[in-house]
Amino acid sequence: MPPMLEIKNLHASAEGHEILRGVDLVVNVGEVHAIMGPNGSGKSTLAQVLAGQPAYTVTQGSVRYEGQDLLDMDPEERAQAGVFLAFQYPVAIRGVTNAYFLRAALNAIRKARGEPELDPIDFLAVLEEKLQAIGWDDSFVNRPVNEGFSGGEKKRNEILQMAVLEPKLAVLDETDSGLDIDALKTVAEAVNRLRSPSRATVVVTHYQRLLNYIVPDFVHVLVDGRIARSGGKELALELEEKGYDWIKPEAAVA
Amino acid sequence: MTSIETRVLQPYKYGFVTDIESELAPAGLNQDIIRLISAKKGEPEWMLEWRLKAYRHWLEMQEPKWANVQYGPIDYQAIHYYAAPKRPKQLKSLDEVDPKLLETFEKLGIPISEQKRFAGVAVDAVFDSVSVATTFKETLAKAGVIFLPISEAIREHPDLVRKWLGSVVPYNDNFFAALNSAVFTDGSFAYIPKGVRCPLELSTYFRINAQATGQFERTLIVAEEGSYVRYLEGCSAPSRDENQLHAAVVELVALDDAQIKYSTIQNWYPGDEQGKGGIYNFVTKRGKCAGKNSKISWTQVETGSAITWKYPGCILQGDHSVGEFYSVAVTNNRQQADTGTKMIHLGKNTKSTIISKGISAGHGQNTYRGLVKIMKGAEGARNYSQCDSMLIGDKCGAHTFPYIDVRNSSAIMEHEASTSKIGEDQIFYLRQRGLKAEDAVSMIVNGFCKEVFRELPMEFAVEAQHLLGISLEGSVG
Repeated sequence: MPPMLEIKNLHASAEGHEILRGVDLVVNVGEVHAIMGPNGSGKSTLAQVLAGQPAYTVTQGSVRYEGQDLLDMDPEERAQAGVFLAFQYPVAIRGVTNAYFLRAALNAIRKARGEPELDPIDFLAVLEEKLQAIGWDDSFVNRPVNEGFSGGEKKRNEILQMAVLEPKLAVLDETDSGLDIDALKTVAEAVNRLRSPSRATVVVTHYQRLLNYIVPDFVHVLVDGRIARSGGKELALELEEKGYDWIKPEAAVA
Repeated sequence: MTSIETRVLQPYKYGFVTDIESELAPAGLNQDIIRLISAKKGEPEWMLEWRLKAYRHWLEMQEPKWANVQYGPIDYQAIHYYAAPKRPKQLKSLDEVDPKLLETFEKLGIPISEQKRFAGVAVDAVFDSVSVATTFKETLAKAGVIFLPISEAIREHPDLVRKWLGSVVPYNDNFFAALNSAVFTDGSFAYIPKGVRCPLELSTYFRINAQATGQFERTLIVAEEGSYVRYLEGCSAPSRDENQLHAAVVELVALDDAQIKYSTIQNWYPGDEQGKGGIYNFVTKRGKCAGKNSKISWTQVETGSAITWKYPGCILQGDHSVGEFYSVAVTNNRQQADTGTKMIHLGKNTKSTIISKGISAGHGQNTYRGLVKIMKGAEGARNYSQCDSMLIGDKCGAHTFPYIDVRNSSAIMEHEASTSKIGEDQIFYLRQRGLKAEDAVSMIVNGFCKEVFRELPMEFAVEAQHLLGISLEGSVG
């Protein structure tokens, strides 16, 4: 069986400016990988490129997802195939309730997979079940998508979407940024409940503190658009202690 | 895929032509043509006189040029002012309607054979210059409601028509209203007697079919004291390379405690991507809240026409009367719209609400133009206006001209306006959740229009959402 995600020598740029300069990464099903790195190292770019953000141009390299050429797929095809990105900055959709949006998204995915679409009543049952699974109430289900949400609510909303859409590969882009410690725990607990042997998760974060709650199997450090070092969860603690500076020379050598 | 734009527009779905023999008046406008129309309709003398008076006035008038739209000169002498499917005798029942006509309306989703009717909606179907069928006449008659093609109403209820026709939009109101008064051919007349809640929703569907014709329909709705009626209007036309003129007049009268809800889905042929062809939709719609506590609501979804020029308004004459205007106007490709409302407050404690949503895509130009006027005697008047514009792409335009004229210092006025651009980031967000780009745009736009759509009856709301999807298809790449 091919790995869930296989990134080879990935180069990507935005507005002519190269940000990713040869990323290599393999993620297998059931694993949790953390991507860390200083500001501007390309962490979020990597997350966005995996989701197919049209603002980035891939100039070199390949990305295979379950053996398929991921870069050849439209963003919606990637989503339908099970790739999910929890956005760093989720956008608001005025006048559209979360429940309506989630049903439309789930049905688009189900349709693409040849599964029957859910009517509003069946969907509510699914939603109820997912909320229970992550231990949340339905307080923002009927509010417009991200409109008037606090930073923390937006991040929680991303995780709720993940719970409903049940991706195979979830990429969480700085899901911890802007969260206070209580909100961080709530979000991390939900993500942990969504851990599964049939799912892989890539957690992009600047700080080690999230990884106290979502414990990764692997940690990678991205510096200047390349993975400069990889290791186990202890690498994150080392970074917490020493900062990122000590890694840079190695990247330069490589 | 780099920008929210281009891709081929889905062809206008309602653009087919019905192959039917037409009786066509010679092109051009003069007193003889007006006499011919009046004779065809078997009108009484006063009606002809009214038409001729309007015509003479029209000759003295100038076509208005203040709207924020651009088009070449209209040759009023090149237009046929009367076109009717050939059918010599008066129809006794729907079974006698030409099957081709029935088929046409079926194809448009307007069932006029009563077996396939919409539950609870009576339909008047107007094809070019004549009404071809009106359903549920008997059910309505039992309730005392009159719902007839206006040409029949003029013959059968002359006193009623004469009393109210031109009472809200006088024959000399403006250039296009004067033209309409001279040459109007058909349209609907509805009369709801005192205290009656109309048992059905009334609906008129207008179809332009013949070439080089104009459609000049006239609608008059009178709601007597304490009555209630909901009226729905729809329209479409074949795709043709030349522009066709549609200059309608709609007059509404609400007496004490009466309520009229008027909804329009305007889907005239919008022209092609280059802006060739399409309907010039130059329409005067006005309601008069003549009685106390009366209420008139206009809801419009404007997706069609090459050019739209219309300002459905309310004259709030009765004390405590209420006027509402809810509008969604979409311009894609080369469409231009200059639309909005007029709320004239005369009575005490009168209230008006304006919610306008303009959506521009392609090279479309969308203008909101509205007037809120509080007259001296309108003690305690209130207005709330909200004008939101949405831009899709960077070649379209949104413009807002809100005029406010307050002559009584007790008035409370609120005005909110916003302009937003549909974002690549919004579309990407929805696509990342599995939605196609088109569905993403449709969801964003429908959310934007929600406050208006919820004012529409259920079937209309569904149709409106669907139409919006078609109108904007191709606006996203």
